[in-house]
Amino acid sequence: MIEVENLTKRYGPTLAVSNISFNVQEGEILGFLGPNGAGKTTTMRIITGFLSASSGRVRVSGFDVAEQPLEVKKRIGYLPENPPVYPDMTVNEYLAFVGRIKGVPRSDLKKRIGEVSEKCAVANVANRQIGKLSKGYRQRVGLAQALMVNPDVLILDEPTAGLDPKQIIETRELIKGLAGHHTVILSTHILPEVSRTCQRVVVINQGKVVAVGAPDELTARLQGYGTVLVSAEGPAPEIIGKLQSVPGVNLVEPREAAESRVTLEVHVEKERDVRAELARAVVESGWKLFELKTSGMSLEDIFLKLTTHDLSEGKPAPENPPVQQDAAPAEN
Amino acid sequence: MRNILAIAGKELRAYFHSPIAYLVMAVYSVLCGFFFYSFTATYVVQSLRMQAMGGMGAPPMTLNDYVIRPLFEGVLSVVLLLLIPLITMRLYAEEKRSGTIELLLTSPLTDLEIILGKFLGALLLYAAMVVITFGYVSTLFIYGNPDAKPLLAQALGLFLFGSALLALGMWISTFTKNQIIAAVVSFAVFLLFYVFDWVTAYSSGTLGKVFSYLAFTTHFDTFAKGVIDLRDLVYYLSVIVLGIFLTARSVEALKGRV
Repeated sequence: MIEVENLTKRYGPTLAVSNISFNVQEGEILGFLGPNGAGKTTTMRIITGFLSASSGRVRVSGFDVAEQPLEVKKRIGYLPENPPVYPDMTVNEYLAFVGRIKGVPRSDLKKRIGEVSEKCAVANVANRQIGKLSKGYRQRVGLAQALMVNPDVLILDEPTAGLDPKQIIETRELIKGLAGHHTVILSTHILPEVSRTCQRVVVINQGKVVAVGAPDELTARLQGYGTVLVSAEGPAPEIIGKLQSVPGVNLVEPREAAESRVTLEVHVEKERDVRAELARAVVESGWKLFELKTSGMSLEDIFLKLTTHDLSEGKPAPENPPVQQDAAPAEN
Repeated sequence: MRNILAIAGKELRAYFHSPIAYLVMAVYSVLCGFFFYSFTATYVVQSLRMQAMGGMGAPPMTLNDYVIRPLFEGVLSVVLLLLIPLITMRLYAEEKRSGTIELLLTSPLTDLEIILGKFLGALLLYAAMVVITFGYVSTLFIYGNPDAKPLLAQALGLFLFGSALLALGMWISTFTKNQIIAAVVSFAVFLLFYVFDWVTAYSSGTLGKVFSYLAFTTHFDTFAKGVIDLRDLVYYLSVIVLGIFLTARSVEALKGRV
């Protein structure tokens, strides 16, 4: 649906985006993850045709953005970081204007405004001036704007920025509901957002793609092993010894010990669930088991790992980002 | 065309939903009204004096020469120096500041459609000001009998003159997010073009001719006299086209394509 090939954007001497390539499948929600200033907004602006690329190409539904911008623009709904609203218009006036410039047929305009207002929960403020609405409402009006033409592709730049927690959840649900009907790219620097909304993630740092994959896939790939946390009461050395002997366990490390209670980090082989065996081992030895849970490497950890080191330390820049795995094995 | 009208309608609505349109029209009405009153009063006093002196073979004072023409020339400076920058300053600067430029440039519109739409919106507001001018002038027909024919040329001249400035002001507005800066720079540029023909006073060579040709005012003189001269028509139309072309270049540069 969206093909980005070797995209590069320079602002004078600064390289904002450097040789980025990735694809987005139809109906997919792709998360675009990276710290502020990583080049997320620039990439999105190039896809929408707002900026032109220095080199490389972007195709949306087979149309090249540089060569047939109007065809691409007809198919894209775009919500920039700051919702592009006119404060002196009412919500209805604004959506009508957007519909007109985006080519919604006059006869459908009213119906379409009703639909998107309903979907984005702005119908109750239809006749209020946008400038007098709260940030949350303005964001949703912006989203309604992006949906006006029922676009094939939706590009959302930090759609939950500046919203309160309740609104964030509502917006996420709304975006999730769009999958299937629309292909969505959403950018964010908020990690839980990605794991909760997106099927696939492109991690970008300093203008380069550093990893691509599903959120869990990334976790598994970068970690190389699973971790189970075991909290039990009993003599620590013996517990450790006992757990070491459970098949599938690589290493047991104490994490914290308070009085007679210890919390242990058990590293187990990848894709092997040994929780039941661990529980049995503890209980059968007569110790008290308080807690037992798997602890995946959080997306935060991965993100930090990907964006804070390794890149600068002599590792070559990824030539073919979608298949590479550019991260050191987890050190612990 | 539908797209151009959609943009023009949005611009017009923005003018009338903010104080700008009312302010500009009110200021214009007051200044234009004062000019009109002064010229008419002067005319009345002087023509009475002439009558008292018995005329003595002097050519009769006409309303066209003593009221209408000075009015158009006077209005020119007011429009030129003050009000056109107020109309054009927001055209692009405001869109850039509020981020709505992203909406416009990612909609399936060509840059030219957006530019022409904005120009048309500003032009319609300006047209209302030209109509105000004629509101004053038309009262002369109640109390006197001025020659109506030159009015057509004068109206056309005023309209073209303002249009040329609108096009240039729009171009200047693409460079900044700050409307005040857009207005001040436009004001400076317009003032410069207004006084360019001063150069002829001290330089009679080619340079003087060039500057005199470039001056906005040189080309208004014939219109003010009630004559439509093709050369002046071409001049103003060229400035309009140039302004639109430069705006298009500048918008293109915004996208980083230059």
